[in-house]
Amino acid sequence: MRYKQIMMTAAGFLGIAIIVAACAQRGIPTGGDLKSGYFYSMPETQAMQWDTEANDWADFDNPGFIWVDQGAEQWDTINGEEGKSCAECHGEASSMAGVSTTYPKYNAEDGKLRALQDQITDCLVNRMKAEITKDWKWEGDLMLGMTAFVKLQSRGMPINVAIDGDAAPFYEEGKTFYNTRRGALDMSCANCHVDYPGSWARADLISNGLPNGYPTFRLKWQKFGSLHRRISGCNKNIRAEPYGRGSDEYTNLELYLASRANGVASEAPGVRR
Amino acid sequence: MTYRTLLGALAGAVLLGTFAANANAAEFMVVDDTIPASLTGKAGDPAAGKKTAINKKKGNCLACHVMPIPEEQFHGNIGPNLGEVGNTMSAAEMRIRLADPKLINPGTIMPAFLKPGTTRVLKKFEGKAILTPQEVEDVIAYLLTLKGDLPQ
Ligand code: HEC
Ligand code: HEC
Repeated sequence: MRYKQIMMTAAGFLGIAIIVAACAQRGIPTGGDLKSGYFYSMPETQAMQWDTEANDWADFDNPGFIWVDQGAEQWDTINGEEGKSCAECHGEASSMAGVSTTYPKYNAEDGKLRALQDQITDCLVNRMKAEITKDWKWEGDLMLGMTAFVKLQSRGMPINVAIDGDAAPFYEEGKTFYNTRRGALDMSCANCHVDYPGSWARADLISNGLPNGYPTFRLKWQKFGSLHRRISGCNKNIRAEPYGRGSDEYTNLELYLASRANGVASEAPGVRR
Repeated sequence: MTYRTLLGALAGAVLLGTFAANANAAEFMVVDDTIPASLTGKAGDPAAGKKTAINKKKGNCLACHVMPIPEEQFHGNIGPNLGEVGNTMSAAEMRIRLADPKLINPGTIMPAFLKPGTTRVLKKFEGKAILTPQEVEDVIAYLLTLKGDLPQ
C-alpha cells in the first residue's frame, strides 16, 4: 500500500517534470522556483493559451481576448469629466511593459497596498473624473479587460514584487492569511499548495497556486475572472467565509502569492480548467 | 498503564471537558492515540458507511484517497490508498483519525470529521461537525471491510 502510494506520487512528479521539460523546449517562458498553473494543466487547456506548433501564444484560441480587446478599446476611449483617455497620460500601451509585474505595490500617497485594479480605479476616479460603473467594478468586464490588457504588456516578463520596506507589513499579513487554517474543513492555503502540489484532489491536479495567469478564462466559469474570485472559490471549497474581491485581506494575500511567483513569467490572460 | 496511556487518559479527560461545553461536538475518550470505545454504542453499517465516504457533502474521502470504488471516477492521492486499511488498522485507530486526526499529526491536511472548525467557518456550517458520530461508526465499519481483495 505504502509502496503503491509512493509510486503514484512519484509518477505525478515525473509527469510534471516531463511537461515542464517539454514546455521549456517549446519556448513558453518558465522561471522562478515554483511552476505556473499552466504546467499543472491538461494539454487541451494548455493549448488554449500556447500554440506549440507556432511556438507562440495562442491568442486566437484564448477566450480571454474577448475581454482584453475591450480593455484595449478603453485605453484610447475618452471617459470622465476631464475628457481624457488612458492614452493621453500614458501614450502607447507598450509604455506599460514591466509595470504590472510589480503589483500589488505600496502606495505612499494613501499608505496602502494597491492591486493593479486599485491603481486603475485611482486613475479613473482622480485623474479622469470618470464614473465607476458596474463594468468598472472589480469583477466587471471592463475592469477585467483593462487589467488583462495592461498585464498583456508584461506577458513573459518575470513577476517582481517588493516585499521589503513599506510593503513588509502587508506581506506579513498575507503570509499569515496563507498559513492560517480556516473553514469547516480547517485547512490553510499552504496545506494544499505547499504540501501537495503534484497530487490529485479528485480530478484536480494541485498546483503551486500562483497568481501569474490572472485574470484568467476559467472553463468552469465559462468566463474571464479575477484572482480574488479564484481565491474566494478556494475559501468556499473548504467551507470558509470568503472575503470581498478587492478587500485588503485578499490584496495582502495577493502580494504573498505574487512573492511566491517572483521570477515566474506573467501569463495573463491565462486559461485554466 | 504506560506513561502514554496516562497522558492519553489525561488528554481524554481534557477533551471530554472541552466537548461537553459544545452541544454539537461529539464526546470521545482518547487512550494511547486511539479512541477504543464506539461513539454511539450502535454497530456501524458498512453499506451506509460506503455511501457517506463517497458523498461529496459528507466524507468526500475520494477527494484525497484511492478506495476500492471503481464505479466512482477520479480518486485523489493526497492521502494513502485505503484499499487494505482493514488489514493494517484497528477500529480504535481509525476512530481517532476520523474524529480529529490532528491529535495524531498536528500538521495533517485531513479534516477532523467530529470537530467543528473555529476560524471563518461559513455561517451555515458554524458549530457543526462534518459527520455525526453514527456516520463515523458507519465509515469505520466500511473501512474494516477493505482487505486488499477488491478491485480499485
Ligand atoms: C483543499 C485544497 C485547497 C486549499 C485548502 C486551497 N486550494 Fe487553491 N486550489 C486547489 C485546487 C485543487 C486548485 C485547482 C488546481 C490548481 O490550479 O492548483 C486550486 C487553485 C488555486 C489557484 C489558481 C492557480 C492557477 O494557476 O490557476 C490559486 C491562485 C489558489 N488556488 C490559491 C489558494 C489560496 C490563496 C488558498 C487559501 C486561501 C487556497 N488556494 C486554498 C486546492 C486548494
Ligand atoms: C483533504 C484530504 C483528506 C480527506 C478529505 C480525507 N483524508 Fe484521510 N488522510 C489524508 C492524509 C494526508 C493522510 C495521511 C496521514 C496524515 O496526514 O496524518 C490520511 C490518513 C488516513 C487514514 C490512515 C491511513 C494509514 O494507513 O495511515 C485513514 C484510515 C483515513 N485517512 C481515512 C479517511 C476517510 C475514511 C476519509 C473520509 C471520511 C478521509 N480519510 C478523508 C487526507 C485526507
